[in-house]
Amino acid sequence: METIIQAEDLHFSYPAVEEGTTPVVLDGVSLEIEEGSFVAVLGHNGCGKSTLAKHMNAILLPSGGTVYVDGIDTRDEDRLLDIRRTVGMVFQNPDNQIVANVVEEDVAFAPENLGVPPDEIRQRVDDALKAVNMYAYREHAPHLLSGGQKQRVAIAGVIAMQPRCVVLDEPTAMLDPIGRKDVLRTIRTLNRERGVTVVLITHHMDEAAQADRLVVMAKGKVIADGAPKAVFSRVEELRKVGLTVPQTTALLWELRREGWDVPLDALSDEECAQALYQLLQ
Amino acid sequence: MALKDITLGQFFPGNSVIHRLDPRTKLICVVLYIVALFLASWFVSYTLMLLVLAGSIALSRVPPKSILRGLKPVLFIVVFTAVLNLLYTPGDTVLARFWIFTVTLEGVSRAFFMVVRIMMLISGTFLLTYTTSPILLTDGLESLLNPLKKVRVPVHELAMIMSIALRFIPTLIEETDKIMSAQRARGADFESGNLIQRAKALLPLLVPLFISAFRRADELATAMECRCYHGGEGRTRLRQLKYKGADYAALLLFLAVTVAAGVLGHFGL
Repeated sequence: METIIQAEDLHFSYPAVEEGTTPVVLDGVSLEIEEGSFVAVLGHNGCGKSTLAKHMNAILLPSGGTVYVDGIDTRDEDRLLDIRRTVGMVFQNPDNQIVANVVEEDVAFAPENLGVPPDEIRQRVDDALKAVNMYAYREHAPHLLSGGQKQRVAIAGVIAMQPRCVVLDEPTAMLDPIGRKDVLRTIRTLNRERGVTVVLITHHMDEAAQADRLVVMAKGKVIADGAPKAVFSRVEELRKVGLTVPQTTALLWELRREGWDVPLDALSDEECAQALYQLLQ
Repeated sequence: MALKDITLGQFFPGNSVIHRLDPRTKLICVVLYIVALFLASWFVSYTLMLLVLAGSIALSRVPPKSILRGLKPVLFIVVFTAVLNLLYTPGDTVLARFWIFTVTLEGVSRAFFMVVRIMMLISGTFLLTYTTSPILLTDGLESLLNPLKKVRVPVHELAMIMSIALRFIPTLIEETDKIMSAQRARGADFESGNLIQRAKALLPLLVPLFISAFRRADELATAMECRCYHGGEGRTRLRQLKYKGADYAALLLFLAVTVAAGVLGHFGL
């Protein structure tokens, strides 16, 4: 597998507000994202996960260390457009990333900026809207859509750029449960069917559990990195940094503490039920 | 909520001949129409203009009632202009004289034509906004003003600002609604008191609205950068504006009307 994003000993701090207090946001993060993978970055508010995301397409530049996108150093200003078209980014508030008055015009924004010929823009727009299941709404005004629909339009707007990787910074934080579900399904299909690399920044355990790989951050450092099952079974460590674990894992962990022999890595409801069933037998 | 009912611009969606005209054609035609209106001077030329306006309205299938409704807010200006013209036009044929005013025949005719002119002017421009969506209007303006780029007028940027403003009007209205409700829930009073008191009551509404607008602007700028926005250079468009047969016909017609109005007006008809 090829590495699409690579962070090497990444440090970042915002300019000091007061003398002597430089708030360190990222404190030596090294991370490699493989092409085609689905990685979730989990962490509490202020752990630096959004800042890390903004380094992945040169919105922020590192104070120390280096970030490579498809082998390009993000400090290389001449190749900024190449970096941005390789790694697309979706933000939390869908209202603040929709540019145009009509859904399809908004989706067309990125290819228009890249100077794609009109016929191909039309093709890309239709394709992107179908991918997020919003084709029927192509002529609607964005402000009349629901939050989840708006966020899917925002995702389509990034897909139309045909990026190899999409970074989503808490895309479901402002959505209702239905909108959240739709957006997550869209993200998963994007990864499975189109092979787009997905980096999902989140603080929801159940969202993170759906990824292939889970990176947990605390205080600007990566504290755990691996398959969700393996990471979540480190219950005590996670709790120490203020993160809860999924209810299934929490239940099994409590049972284990009481001396029952149950596996800790049963993450889905079915697996958990199966483990309990075996225990009862 | 009442605020949500505000329609964006005054666009009447439709598929009439007028709706389908290129926005640039409509813009140019409206300019020609305005010029013609100022060239017209008497019944003959005004009848011609009235025919053009009535024909356009009929073709656009916009209900004439909505056009009349649009005239309501300018009623005051119309009456005011009429009265001024009526009382202050000097002339030979004095019809009435009272206090310090004299009403002349010339004054009556001038007032009458002024009223007709203003009403037709407004109806005509309304027809443009009724039949052209704000986006197309912006696109049309950008394309028409394109030559000004040579003298360093930031045409693309201006058009982008305009379309983003249009995009955010409903969003900001919704937000205003929310803030108003939140403040009403805490006892704010936006309805009672005189004008000054009510204006003062709006102040605590404007502060959070402005702060949030700036935050939105910041986030939008980042999102636009993420989607490779780097100004108008090398940008293509999904929707290409293209003149069709009907556009040339409309342009020729309005050009002819303007010339005709100019000639008729010149001879005082």
